[in-house]
Amino acid sequence: MDSELRDLYQQVILDHNKSPRNYKKLENANFEAEGYNPLCGDRIDIFLVVENDIVKDISFQGSGCAISKASASLMTHMLKGKTKKEAEELFVKFHDLITGKLGDNPSLDELGKLAVFAGVKEFPARVKCASLAWHTMHSALNKEEKIISTE
Amino acid sequence: MKSGIINKTIYDVDKIRKDFPILESMIHGKPLCYLDNAATTQKPKSVIDSDVNYYTHLNANIHRGVHFLSEAATKAYEDARTKIQKFINASSEKEIIFTKGTTESINLVAQTLGRSILKEGDEIIISTMEHHSNIVPWQLIASEKKAKIKVIPITDNGDLILDEYKKLLSQRTKIVSIVYVSNSLGTINDVETIISLAHEQNVPVLLDAAQAVNHLPVDVQKLDCDFLAFSGHKLYGPTGIGVLYGKSHYLELMPPYQGGGDMISKVTFKETTFNTIPYKFEAGTSNIAGTIGLGVAMDYVNAIGIDNIAAYEHELLEYATEELLKISGLRIIGQSDHKCSLISFILNNIHPHDVGTFLDFEGIAIRTGHHCTQPLMDRFGVPATSRASFSLYNTKQEVDILAAGIKKVIEVFK
Ligand SMILES: Cc1ncc(COP(=O)(O)O)c(C=O)c1O
Repeated sequence: MDSELRDLYQQVILDHNKSPRNYKKLENANFEAEGYNPLCGDRIDIFLVVENDIVKDISFQGSGCAISKASASLMTHMLKGKTKKEAEELFVKFHDLITGKLGDNPSLDELGKLAVFAGVKEFPARVKCASLAWHTMHSALNKEEKIISTE
Repeated sequence: MKSGIINKTIYDVDKIRKDFPILESMIHGKPLCYLDNAATTQKPKSVIDSDVNYYTHLNANIHRGVHFLSEAATKAYEDARTKIQKFINASSEKEIIFTKGTTESINLVAQTLGRSILKEGDEIIISTMEHHSNIVPWQLIASEKKAKIKVIPITDNGDLILDEYKKLLSQRTKIVSIVYVSNSLGTINDVETIISLAHEQNVPVLLDAAQAVNHLPVDVQKLDCDFLAFSGHKLYGPTGIGVLYGKSHYLELMPPYQGGGDMISKVTFKETTFNTIPYKFEAGTSNIAGTIGLGVAMDYVNAIGIDNIAAYEHELLEYATEELLKISGLRIIGQSDHKCSLISFILNNIHPHDVGTFLDFEGIAIRTGHHCTQPLMDRFGVPATSRASFSLYNTKQEVDILAAGIKKVIEVFK
């Protein structure tokens, strides 16, 4: 495989695409949003349970390419336990990573496993795929909290 | 090599490929395998040279100068109109209007004919397999006029259900606007039947022929369609130039589309009289270089012969269908018995975007996405497909490269 292509489709990404983590609907979610990429028809639903400003649980469902699915899967993995503010900050950092704003040798400590998406910056057409879940998470957190019926 | 056989019998494709400079390109270190012809075709050198020649030797505004260059440019422009007229066998040059492309041609009819005849409760018939450009212009005028859009359903194979069409046709039907060849499925619709049924009710029919004129001989008089729209760039011509054919009695009745220079015969502040057809619909300085280039593209196609192109592409389609169906996990969306040379497919558990990116690294250009036909994707319950579309310069070797590329993708995602 071409090395640029291998950088985009790292094993971790292929793996999360095949067996996405937290792929389900959270019935008790108090924040949720639907994301849609009209260009490719990708759809994603993000569900969050936020208590005292902390993401207690997060999940997703939807259809999309390997990049968007793996990105959603890894995002849910990374955000569990983070505060809302930390989640938003990580989104900014992640966005900078995939759009090449972090330069050639970024410090990837904060990004942890998300570093596997560094290859996306060579594929401008795929930035939207990698960021769809994050944009949707962002819009979910900025919506009004859903009143969960306890009946 | 087995692929040599058709390549030589209908025409010498190796020779033809030399007419298209871009086909020499290397992409990611591999020879370009251009299979995105339904999006736009590549241009032969004669069309590319025409642009340079126009701006080097002919550039002047048309229809308005008495000087040498203006007359020469006007003649070249009007010669292109005659070439188009002959190409689709219209009865007069007056019936050929130059536009930006299929999209503008359809908008023109919606905004002029649609605006003047539609009333509240009237109906426009389209189909499930329309390109957005044959949906949205009708929605715009329908919502303004409180008219309704009726949609002919399709079978799982991708054929229009004509019995349902018959049921939709009624006194309320004012316009039928249908795609001749589907850009997502490849289906060649039975437009003769659609037209004759509409005409029994005196309803005019527009054909979106964007994917037809480059694959089939199209004779507007034989078809008896009232309007026909197509784009030059899918027919080996330049971008930004297209055609609207309209029967002259409709064109005479229709109000102008845009106002400006060229489309008038006399202007005072009190009153303006409009120019005759087709000029009534060509306001402002047109894409002169593009129009002349489209004429050159017609010459190119005519020299090979559209019947030969159709026959050649049909063999390519059959070969490609056979080869792709050998790949397990591949499903073809659009399996009509009457198809042009394009194949939409999906792979088990592999998203078309991933397929597109992997094939790109093999030098293969295909289209992935909804192909501007979202309602059709919904009909098949898929968000997107991968589409390989073939044209007169593609070869069986390229089909083999595509099949090998797809197998590689499947291997990676296994
Ligand atoms: C069937 C069909 N109709 C209309 C169009 C729109 O053509 P254009 O974008 O050239 O106006 C296309 C091109 O994609 C098409 O395939």
